[in-house]
Amino acid sequence: MSAFPVTSRNFRKNTAKAHADENLRKALKRMESGAIVRRAAVVAELPEFDALRDEALAIKNHVLGNLDFYLERFEAQVKAQGGHVHWCATPRQARETILSICQAVGARTATKGKSMIAEEIALNPFLEENGIEPVETDLGEYIIQLADEPPSHIIGPALHKTKEQVTELFHQHHRKYGREERVTDPQALVNEAREILRQKYIDADVGITGANFLIAETGSTIIVTNEGNGDLTQMLPRVHVVITSIEKVVPTLEDVSTILRVLARSATGQEFSSYTTFSTGPKRAGDLDGPEQFHVVLLDNGRSDLLGTEMQDLLRCIRCGACMNHCPVYHSVGGHAYGWVYPGPIGAALDPHFLGIEEAQHLPNASTFCGRCESVCPMRIPLPDIMRHWRERAFESAVTPPQQRFGIRLWAWVAMRPALYRAGARLAMRLLAWLGRREGRLSSLPFAGGWTAGRDLPAPQGRTFQELWAARRGARK
Amino acid sequence: MSGGAPAGAAGGRPRVGLFVTCLVDLYRPTVGFAAVKLLEDAGCEVVVPEAQTCCGQPAYNSGDRPDAMAIARQVIEAFRGFDYVVVPSGSCGGMLKDHYPALLAGDPAMKDAAEDLARRTFELTSFLVDVLGFENVRASLATSATYHDSCSGLRELGIKAQPRRLLAKVDGLELKELPGAEVCCGFGGTFCVKYPEISTDIVAKKTADIVATGASLLLAGDMGCLLNMAGRLKREGASVKVRHVAEVLAGMTDEPAIGEGGG
Amino acid sequence: MSEAREKILRGIRRSLGRGPRLGEERAALQARLASPRPNLIPKRARLPHAEQVVLFQAMAEKLDATVARVSSLAEVPDAVAEYLAARNLPTTIRMSPDPELDAIPWDRRPLLTLHRGRAAPEDLVGLTPAFAGIAETGTLMFASGAARPATINFMPDTHIAVLRSSQVVGDYETAFARLRAAAGREDGLFMPRTVNLVTGPSRTGDIEQTLILGAHGPRRLHVVLVDDEAH
Repeated sequence: MSAFPVTSRNFRKNTAKAHADENLRKALKRMESGAIVRRAAVVAELPEFDALRDEALAIKNHVLGNLDFYLERFEAQVKAQGGHVHWCATPRQARETILSICQAVGARTATKGKSMIAEEIALNPFLEENGIEPVETDLGEYIIQLADEPPSHIIGPALHKTKEQVTELFHQHHRKYGREERVTDPQALVNEAREILRQKYIDADVGITGANFLIAETGSTIIVTNEGNGDLTQMLPRVHVVITSIEKVVPTLEDVSTILRVLARSATGQEFSSYTTFSTGPKRAGDLDGPEQFHVVLLDNGRSDLLGTEMQDLLRCIRCGACMNHCPVYHSVGGHAYGWVYPGPIGAALDPHFLGIEEAQHLPNASTFCGRCESVCPMRIPLPDIMRHWRERAFESAVTPPQQRFGIRLWAWVAMRPALYRAGARLAMRLLAWLGRREGRLSSLPFAGGWTAGRDLPAPQGRTFQELWAARRGARK
Repeated sequence: MSGGAPAGAAGGRPRVGLFVTCLVDLYRPTVGFAAVKLLEDAGCEVVVPEAQTCCGQPAYNSGDRPDAMAIARQVIEAFRGFDYVVVPSGSCGGMLKDHYPALLAGDPAMKDAAEDLARRTFELTSFLVDVLGFENVRASLATSATYHDSCSGLRELGIKAQPRRLLAKVDGLELKELPGAEVCCGFGGTFCVKYPEISTDIVAKKTADIVATGASLLLAGDMGCLLNMAGRLKREGASVKVRHVAEVLAGMTDEPAIGEGGG
Repeated sequence: MSEAREKILRGIRRSLGRGPRLGEERAALQARLASPRPNLIPKRARLPHAEQVVLFQAMAEKLDATVARVSSLAEVPDAVAEYLAARNLPTTIRMSPDPELDAIPWDRRPLLTLHRGRAAPEDLVGLTPAFAGIAETGTLMFASGAARPATINFMPDTHIAVLRSSQVVGDYETAFARLRAAAGREDGLFMPRTVNLVTGPSRTGDIEQTLILGAHGPRRLHVVLVDDEAH
């Protein structure tokens, strides 16, 4: 697969492409009705859901305030049980670390569980360049790996693909395994992938998974999946590599229990995911299976810079995807339009940190601030507030386009002068009302093409409230 | 005096400063008068400070923090001394109530005043129901209506039941729930002109839902959302009429609906 | 990469505006780890034990597992044989080489062929002992070990778990506490290599959000719930 092409700068172009893609529109429509209803139903079944959110939030805040302590403790516990921890400040260090682990065992293929951090560091193309074949095993990731596309959703990477597209991809790529028939039924498609990937797990030299959480108390890493692919990925090869990031550490098993209660419910609307797996060190003396080596690759990539800032709350994110599942903008444009690894509201708030505000300036701006993301975020991350902070940085650093800056500053200048405002408003509204006098609306207006391209502009009533109020008060006196 | 209006600071009728909002001021004065009527019916003395313009959201949400702070200070000054400040908009109400204190938290001279204003500020339907316990709506309108929950009111201020309780008192009005009533209409302030294709796409889904209810009238509590939804409905040639909820509650439905001609 | 280690830790401390946690602060954090305390436990799980067993079964079934309750270990072979026969599944079973499972009188159903050891690719039915059953979501906990290879929980198409009613607890926290107690050490180094929380069979929604069971792990999960408590 090619490295995740950063196209955030082309957000408008990406939007136009998304709007023209009928398959994508159908997929997004399905998600709009499905994911939201499922979450609401399962949340309604648990009266303590909001109280659990508050506790989960408090746990994460506690961790972030003591992140150095918990990471050191996690590391010590991993080492005490025969595992290795590799600290990596940059994506490049993380990629090279993983490559050298693979090379040390002469690896030719590596199976992979789903990992957003692996996407963040563009691991697959790097392994390929170095002669190691990465095999995605999560069905959605496998599909987009065949399609040579990036994921469009953090928990449903192939959400944008129709079953017809999957049929074609499988037909094209599975012939080399002697599969000539075109399979169309979703169950049959899943079976075909299952059979082909089964052999890949067995053949792989290294299994790479992400981690949803790291437990400081025990030195365990945790993956949460529904398919069981992550488990086969980590238990069959000789080496298990966990690629993860520093903010994922949680103090104790009790603490992670609390967070797990809100994770699946927020993500897929399940009471609990099928598989929550705790991996601690390599296989033990006498164990009949399990990996001989256990490596945790711990990535910072600028996360530590967010601590102590107004954006620190982003580090509470548990990557459930509820924000994008509930976002009207995501529902309109899909995940690829955001142009980088993390789409939706969390991406709009997080991507500028990784890509810089100039590259990513559209993302925090392309939000209606409807607040639904924050209202469903299990970690109550104030996503609109954080997006607004990015808008402020863009405004301050003149990344915001000059005409927008000028327009806003002019409006504010007038708004600070009530008498001028009243006089100007009277004139402008008279004119607008006159223009729309016949229909009560305008179907086009110079400088308002953005509005009138897709909707009429209702005409004002003609006089301003202030004007009429002053008249009424005058009459009363 | 109808309703159980609490007494004002001076012991008499509560003195309410009406924050008209710029969109009501510019576009739909009827909503302002409807708000005045409802507040007076509920036993309040209503004052409209002249020095008000806009709540500063366009600047605030565009990242122009200094201007937003300057406007916030101006609004705070203009509304000093009222028992309550009432806003016929969840969005502007949320700005005063939620965002001013955050915006001015670092300004020792204004911090307390911002918090004081926030405590006194209420969205119109919430003020009537939650503060005054006023439900004695004397209006009638024989039609079927549906109601869109504007995002800021809903999620920042918890406005959901209040307008419905009041609308239930309107004679002859049948309220049909709008599927996806809590989904954004795509207005989003400057968003609708910065990203018009996305905004239009979102509002088109909303209008499809509105039309599917079969209601003749669409109501909401925020002028921005109303202009957006009305503009799209008119572009689609839909016959659904659009009004601010206050117009119906105050019985002020003689003026043409939003985006309708022939006044 | 120890250079990176120092860089990251230093960066964290700089951002937080403080030095390393020392003295009393450090002691408080260590104490939090040394005696982990449960946070809020949902009411759903706080039930008398007998009701927890009932809830476990109800939740497991709701989440697409099947459950057969039997009154003694001696009845397990019948329950397993009947389950397999009813679904026309093979009677060759990959079983954990676990003393507890070995104590079951398998010779009562001579048609069941048992192979002990880690799972092999051709295995179609796996049988493993659960460490706990968690009522609040009908979740099974499996703890790996020399006698309990984790591969059996994932590779065969059909996974049968043997769970004793005394192993059913209300919530995850109690199950973890039992895991800690079983190891009898307080340094946090008590986790087996693999602990699996399993809730229903493997599933995916990755093709048009259509729910399909049996993505990579077992297509079927069956629990033989053995009553081992005096009434």
